[in-house]
Amino acid sequence: AKRRIPVSQPGMADPHQLFDDTSSAQSRGYGAPRAPSSLGYPAASTSPQAAFLADPVSNMAMAYGSSLAAQGKELVDKNIDRFFSVSKLKYYFAVDTVYVGKKLGLLVFPYLHQDWEVQYQQDTPVAPRFDINAPDLYIPAMAFITYVLVAGLALGTQDRFSPDLLGLQASSALAWLALEVLAILLSLYLVTINTDLTTIDLVAFLGYKYVGMISGVLTGLLFGKIGYYLVLGWCCTSIFVFMIRTLRLKILAEAAAEGVPVRGARNQLRMYLTMAVAAAQPLLMYWLTFHLVR
Amino acid sequence: MAFTLYSLLQAALLCVNAIAVLHEERFLKNIGWGTDQGIGGFGEEPGIKSQLMNLIRSVRTVMRVPLILVNSIVILLLLLFG
Repeated sequence: AKRRIPVSQPGMADPHQLFDDTSSAQSRGYGAPRAPSSLGYPAASTSPQAAFLADPVSNMAMAYGSSLAAQGKELVDKNIDRFFSVSKLKYYFAVDTVYVGKKLGLLVFPYLHQDWEVQYQQDTPVAPRFDINAPDLYIPAMAFITYVLVAGLALGTQDRFSPDLLGLQASSALAWLALEVLAILLSLYLVTINTDLTTIDLVAFLGYKYVGMISGVLTGLLFGKIGYYLVLGWCCTSIFVFMIRTLRLKILAEAAAEGVPVRGARNQLRMYLTMAVAAAQPLLMYWLTFHLVR
Repeated sequence: MAFTLYSLLQAALLCVNAIAVLHEERFLKNIGWGTDQGIGGFGEEPGIKSQLMNLIRSVRTVMRVPLILVNSIVILLLLLFG
């Protein structure tokens, strides 16, 4: 089982709260006014700090503030759909423990898996909870954060740690990810491949390599360079096979469905593109971790 | 390995500037990448070269005005903060 850092996701715990009420005693009493309340709402009835809240002016101020926050939350909820669709994003986080366990196993050992097709349900892909082949964003996000923390740990064991290095590692990994996504989108556009591979799907697939990187670095910390190279080599080959088998269905799907290789040159280009994307993964995995294990 | 998001943004800005600076008459026509030379037949395969030419033309058309703004802001910030 991989070590997981419990990062609280604002979308998972309570989708209606924009802010964290950190005052412990008042959080019970103010759990109620989430709906827009009128100014005369008596919120101080159950709070132990009765003296402070019995003052009517502070009553009104609290009620007004909470109604303002509720209106702000409604405004954000209405307008955020204009910039990026939250419901589509929620699809990628609809995972459960069984899926995560099976997917992690698939990432390190993809050789026995037979059926790589994503199941569809009336034209929309099934949520990751029900289909192991569906891409998700939970594992890449968690793996990325874990990678940054493990990098900090590795730098700390070499006495090279300083807090701004964490930010530098995170920024560097994000920059490589953005560059990869842009390069792949550019090449998909240039070769005029029409796939249903959305940008978020691509980010999800490219984020799976962080799992291999983490295991490599952790093994390197425990067992030295030999362990690092062994585990990294294993994870590199498995990510290579995983990417080829997954992307083959997405990029080469038309050719596979047609069955007849009409335009041989085009299929060759698609094959080259798939191989290039898959081959870039081990390279990046090595590039982003070799300086951490000395 | 100081490859950060900031340097990626800088590189992207420089690349877009480079595409916007290509002169239509003096350069692109001379190497056969002009905007009126790219439209092949109504075939199904656009080909990589015509896709590239389309991309260059659309980047130049779309990013002309935003580039002016972004460049001015960047120049101002670099003058002020080094």
